[in-house]
Amino acid sequence: MRTWPSAGRVSQLSSTDTTTDSAAENEAVVETDVAREAVLAELTERLGAAVLGSHIRPGDDLWVRVDRSAWRDAAEAAKSMGFTFFDYVSAIDWLPSPFGRDMDAQEDLVVSGAEPKAPAPIVQGYAGGDTRFQVIARLYNIATATGIHFKADVPDDDLSLPTWTSVFAGANWHERETREMFGITFDGHPNLINMYLPTDFQGFPLRKDFPLLARRVRPWPGIVDVEPMPGVADSEEGEAE
Amino acid sequence: MTAVSDPSQLSDLVAEATDTRVNLDFESEGMTLNMGPQHPATHGTLRIVAKLDGEQVISAEPICGYMHRGYEKIVEVRTYPQINALINRIDWLGSFANEVPFILAAEKLMGVEAPPRAQWIRTILFEMSRVANISLFLGDFGLQLGGMTAGFYAFRDREHVLNMIESATGGRFHPNFDRIGGLKDDLPKGWIADSHVAMDKLLAFCDEMEDLLVGNEIFQSRTRGIGVIPAEIALNYGLSGANLRASGVDWDLRRDGCPPGLVYDQADWKVWTHPDGDCFARTWVRLQETREAAKIVKQLLDTIPAGPVMAKVPRIIKVPEGEAYVATENPLGEMGYYIASKGDLVPFRVKIRSASFNNISIVPWVARGAYVPDLISILGSLYFILGDIDR
Amino acid sequence: MTPMLASFDPPYWLSTVIKVLVVGAVVPTTALILGVVFLFKIMSWMQSRLGPQEAGPRGLLQLLADGVKFIQKEDIAPNGADLWVFKAAPLVVLSSTLLLYVALPASAHLVVEDLDVGVFYVLAISSLSVIGVLMAGWASANKYSLMGALRAAGQLIAYELPMVLAVIGVVIQAGTMSLNGIVFAQNGGAVFGWTGIGNPYILTQFIGFFIFIAAVQAELTQPPFDMPVAESEIVSGYQVEYTGFRFLIFFLAEFATAFVFAGIAAVMFLGGWAVPWLEASSDWYYVLGPAVLFAKVMVVSFIIFWVRFTYPRLREDQLQSFAWKFLIPLALVNIVATAVLKVVF
Repeated sequence: MRTWPSAGRVSQLSSTDTTTDSAAENEAVVETDVAREAVLAELTERLGAAVLGSHIRPGDDLWVRVDRSAWRDAAEAAKSMGFTFFDYVSAIDWLPSPFGRDMDAQEDLVVSGAEPKAPAPIVQGYAGGDTRFQVIARLYNIATATGIHFKADVPDDDLSLPTWTSVFAGANWHERETREMFGITFDGHPNLINMYLPTDFQGFPLRKDFPLLARRVRPWPGIVDVEPMPGVADSEEGEAE
Repeated sequence: MTAVSDPSQLSDLVAEATDTRVNLDFESEGMTLNMGPQHPATHGTLRIVAKLDGEQVISAEPICGYMHRGYEKIVEVRTYPQINALINRIDWLGSFANEVPFILAAEKLMGVEAPPRAQWIRTILFEMSRVANISLFLGDFGLQLGGMTAGFYAFRDREHVLNMIESATGGRFHPNFDRIGGLKDDLPKGWIADSHVAMDKLLAFCDEMEDLLVGNEIFQSRTRGIGVIPAEIALNYGLSGANLRASGVDWDLRRDGCPPGLVYDQADWKVWTHPDGDCFARTWVRLQETREAAKIVKQLLDTIPAGPVMAKVPRIIKVPEGEAYVATENPLGEMGYYIASKGDLVPFRVKIRSASFNNISIVPWVARGAYVPDLISILGSLYFILGDIDR
Repeated sequence: MTPMLASFDPPYWLSTVIKVLVVGAVVPTTALILGVVFLFKIMSWMQSRLGPQEAGPRGLLQLLADGVKFIQKEDIAPNGADLWVFKAAPLVVLSSTLLLYVALPASAHLVVEDLDVGVFYVLAISSLSVIGVLMAGWASANKYSLMGALRAAGQLIAYELPMVLAVIGVVIQAGTMSLNGIVFAQNGGAVFGWTGIGNPYILTQFIGFFIFIAAVQAELTQPPFDMPVAESEIVSGYQVEYTGFRFLIFFLAEFATAFVFAGIAAVMFLGGWAVPWLEASSDWYYVLGPAVLFAKVMVVSFIIFWVRFTYPRLREDQLQSFAWKFLIPLALVNIVATAVLKVVF
């Protein structure tokens, strides 16, 4: 006997006892897909052309890319749609690492005389994108147990977005973290100071072109794992046990 | 205390409370008190800059980062199995629970599912680390309120769980036992019977704590009505776990949105909530959670299916291109990993959504107008682990 | 042996020297005994651990080793400290403790000074220590110290009153303020006409005993009233900047004061150095008295420390309202009831 949610409402001390049969659960998987389509449709209706792209993985998750001018409107729209639980705000730097996969120390590369690779093109993930940096945020609807990932493109020449702090107070710290790690500023944020790093720190550590110095000077500790096992012809196709 | 659930009514109440919590009539010049980075009540190196008027807190701002280890950067140059060992150190009191959402996210991207026996053992160990984590909270919170004995009892009884985790995984604090596609090993002989005994001891410990601490009048007078967080504010700040349930929001990721790979639906258990939203409610909810966790473990121990503990996965783990976010209900609250993969040995980007980061960001709001001793109650009952804030 | 002790009548200078030496030896000894027995051993057993094991037989000399360690430490004073006041503060606290021992009778004659107003003297002297605490807190130039000292001052003053009021019931019953007089009154007294075991005032003044112990707990700044030294809030309050032997003096004073307060409680409520079936005027008390008193002190101390290890800490304002809204009215009611019964019986 499992207990099921009372739709995010205030409840007394314990959730109520209800039972569900497994058939209903199987149905629910199909339903959530429809539900996410509906959420996306409603968001598109509210935000209009500001919804630039979307991606749905059935029964799992929803990604919506919005125009950065509508970043705050998206939060408000989602909040009024019941997505009241604030999860996080962060960012992704889609630039392929200019240091290769960072698997070999650069000294080793010099010794072995490896050819420097041509830079790979920037490929954004789900819901597409146009810029190197994308801010990503997640909101959650407790009543329907669905989450939305919002993405917004941030052009390199103007790394800024409207702040969410007036909509979700919890965004305060997340935006501070994003600012210091990626250098993306949030307009209207009350206190955009460093969260972790010293005040005079130079650079933005989570950008892909920020070198991880420990990796520069020491060989890749996992490199031994990649060596083929004795007797295994093609290590990548080999399977455990 | 009357339960108010209408949001508009609530925000009025909140605005009123914010204005009247600080008595401006007698406001003096005040002083700034730096609590931490070394302070007995900060479990680590959290610094709280509190502006005081006498003993009343005018404003309190947590300053973290003294333990920032840059996991989100390091994991970009580590293979998935290596990351598993690394992220054990995020919430170091319930380490196994850190591994699970990451592994589940990777499994989701790879389309792998662990065999049933592995799912069972995973869930059991997950709940054991919850017990190990929260039982220490109960003692530690007592310690912070001056009840020394509770702390020692917690350390004594937590040992039983740690012993079980150790005998199954080999690590007391950092098991590093979860693998993509299953588990490192099967359970040792006799483990199930021993775990039953350990869980019985923990249930007895919960009763003891209820008598010694939670039922104590002084404890209640220190926690009831202190640090009240209304449900709407809690959601707004993204509070999760027991902190959210103590504000009356009936939401538990184990039940609502449990990712595939954990078998919470195979046990009979309850989600406890409390309408008050104060420090006492948070403690009480955690106490009940420990009991429920012990019950879940006991039920699952009896129903472990036979079979392998490892699915067929490639020896070299390459996660296909894609993005996935998996969150589980960790001892501290919602912990999730957003993995963006480019089909490589290493993840392209991992965003670690840790519970304490959100939970502690509410401190400036909730501490306003509290007294210094209440600040300790609030910090203690919000229950953060420094590694979980700073990552 | 006892008649010889009774006839021992040294000259004034010799008796003074003996008294000074005895008090000087008794204060650290009693602090040591309470520290080892309660802080180390009984507390450990209550918390399901072993306590010190290595130093001496069963670790009983651990506190001695700690004391030696403290003495070896460098004497550090903070930069901004008011040096003279900072250094004097522990001595002021200790002197209050030493002066308390002056009035504590270990038998009819084994007392440094048998004052006619012993009760009054004890209560007055005990509040001296707050001056030392305030000095320590202010001179340390530390915010935690200052907060701790102010908390201590507020608390000690608030609990002075219930303590005095709790004792008044005893004074009314005994009809004297001399501590020895109170022991004699209990030894020869009667509980509502029944003279079987004399009248230990705990039987008739149990409310007074409860209030007295609560107030002692607050005066000693022990849990649940240990806000002035709350380690999880203000680190260690006024003691935070003290190291080495200055901290040791605070420690000694705390435990010696606990001992002497337990002694005063034993004298006023448990019959002091006398036992019920032996006349208080008996010469046997020259040797029996200290032993009986010690046993009773250990019982009272056990209560004090038992509470200390069990309860969490109150908040400062809750402590004040507990004193003013509960203990003091209760004490007043107790006084009225005692006075009425005194007149009736």
